[in-house]
Amino acid sequence: MTEWRPALARQRYLLDFTVAAMRRRRARNLGLLVVYGGMVFLLASVLFYTGALKHEAGLLLAEAPEIVVQRMVAGRHDLVPETHAETLRGIRGVRGVQGRLWGYHYDPVVRANYTLLVPPADDIAPGTAVIGPALARARGAGIGDVLSFRGYDGALRAFQIQAVLPQDSGLVSADLFLVAEPDFRALFGVPAGQYTDLALRIPNPREIQTVAEKVLEAAPDSRPILREEMLRTYDAVFDWRSALVLLPLSGALLAFAILAWEKASGLSADERREIGILKAVGWETGDVLAMKLWEGGLLSLLAFLFGTAAAYWHVFGLSAPLLAPVMKGWSVLYPDFRLTPAIDATQLLALFFLTVLPYLAATLVPVWRAAVTDPDEVMR
Amino acid sequence: MNARVELWGVRKAFQEDHPNVFWAVDGIDLALPAGGVTVLAGPSGSGKTTLLTLIGCLARPTEGRVRLDGRDISGLPEPFLAALRRQTFGFVFQRFNLIRGLTVLDNVMLPAYPLGPSHRALTRRATALLVRLGIGHRAGALVESLSGGEAQRTAIARALINDPSVLIADEPTANLDTALSLAFLDIVSDLRAEGRTLLLSSHDPLVREASVVDRVVELRDGRVVADHETRAEPAG
Ligand SMILES: Nc1ncnc2c1ncn2[C@@H]1O[C@H](COP(=O)(O)OP(=O)(O)OP(=O)(O)O)[C@@H](O)[C@H]1O
Ligand SMILES: [Mg+2]
Repeated sequence: MTEWRPALARQRYLLDFTVAAMRRRRARNLGLLVVYGGMVFLLASVLFYTGALKHEAGLLLAEAPEIVVQRMVAGRHDLVPETHAETLRGIRGVRGVQGRLWGYHYDPVVRANYTLLVPPADDIAPGTAVIGPALARARGAGIGDVLSFRGYDGALRAFQIQAVLPQDSGLVSADLFLVAEPDFRALFGVPAGQYTDLALRIPNPREIQTVAEKVLEAAPDSRPILREEMLRTYDAVFDWRSALVLLPLSGALLAFAILAWEKASGLSADERREIGILKAVGWETGDVLAMKLWEGGLLSLLAFLFGTAAAYWHVFGLSAPLLAPVMKGWSVLYPDFRLTPAIDATQLLALFFLTVLPYLAATLVPVWRAAVTDPDEVMR
Repeated sequence: MNARVELWGVRKAFQEDHPNVFWAVDGIDLALPAGGVTVLAGPSGSGKTTLLTLIGCLARPTEGRVRLDGRDISGLPEPFLAALRRQTFGFVFQRFNLIRGLTVLDNVMLPAYPLGPSHRALTRRATALLVRLGIGHRAGALVESLSGGEAQRTAIARALINDPSVLIADEPTANLDTALSLAFLDIVSDLRAEGRTLLLSSHDPLVREASVVDRVVELRDGRVVADHETRAEPAG
């Protein structure tokens, strides 16, 4: 038995026997597979979805300016005057300063917030707009249609839609409403020479921290926000949201786990008898355990594969209809786009071990107890 | 093929921890020389099955010693007992204990799996045994579909697959009619002729009085009450 060939053949025989045994108890094993695969599916869905959103946010911020400067007046966010931009342009390490105009607008018709924005290129003709796909869907609007808003002064302003942004253009484009600068100022009452905030370009990443300090010195009423900080905030928000999803789910998960545990660890009279017979005809305790290890391994591996494959399809194919409402946050206009698959191998590995190992432990204990008793007792 | 089984003061208790401890086997000294057919007789509850499980290493005696070829096997650790069950003793259970859902051939091959022989050689060996026992045509059948006689032969083939020197059968004719019982005795005769040691338990006068039997040991209340040599014809 020390030679490898019989040892290998022995495992083949045990595996064959296991597969046949699983087929004999088809209903029970299918039930286990469904319950267990469902558990993996839920966990993997949350995992994939959080990962993909983080990835998406990361891509987004990669194009964002290194520093955004806001102005704070008595702790309140206020408009930034053009003079600030001039001051900041003088700081060493700053390549460019761009005043940005953007704001949220609540539309009572669809009861949702739009993000109104003047694109940096400012290539939109006054009186027209380019809108995000979710917004277009919500308002049932297409190219050539006219949408109107009431501005800060109560006057109604109409925009003719010039274009709709493509579906797959990302997480934040869904509720965009792009307008020309004069229209924006008129709608929000922002005087000329004032901006919502300033975007700073700093080519050398090692200078970002010092530039931020110099911004504070040069304009004490300003609040510089680093891209790194935003990235961390995004991560924290998504982690928090995934915790939020997992919390109500954890009850269901626990129920699943208990059910699977009970199913897996209970040994039917039939199985006990079979173990007794196998031992009586000369199988060792180790042979029985190896056989059951194959069984548990096959079952949990199948459940893992089915669960993760279904989760992959759910998240990246269907855009996670079961999770999206919680995960995407406050914007009511959900982006309708496919997430780019982004999977963290270590997380997947952790999920694998968290699902397969406890299952094996759950199955092996009772089998071990049955397998170490004298065979004549098991058969009575 | 050489297997001399000796029992020294063997006792087996059930419900040991209870105040009403019950001794199913209560002090048995017995020597079974290698080869020959021995029948354990006695009324129901006399301890026949229990004694067979002790000899066949399916259970351990509470007291006393079981020896195989002079070696004490009653205290051996489990893997050694499993090896003895696998290779030295073949056991045919009263209710056969075949594994349902598997074919006759798979059931017969089962005891050889832990040894990991080549699949082709094992299949050939199992098929040859089935043919020899007259049920070669049933090799592919599921065991649920077998008649009593076929199930018994399958159980015998399974007991013989690793070529054991001792074959133990508990009440082998309990479920068989006269013709099938006689056919069973023919098989016993063949196995005896090969030099195997056969140990049967039986109520059945047909078995006890068969010409192939060398010796009848009578049990009552877990003790030996009579022990006669019966055999006339010489071993093959
Ligand atoms: N596991 C057990 N627990 C308790 N008592 C047992 C156990 N096994 C056997 N006995 C008792 O031991 C006694 C002997 O049983 P055994 O099966 O050896 O008798 P037997 O001679 O084979 O009987 P039969 O001819 O009916 O098969 C019986 O009274 C039985 O009830
Ligand atoms: Mg009995």
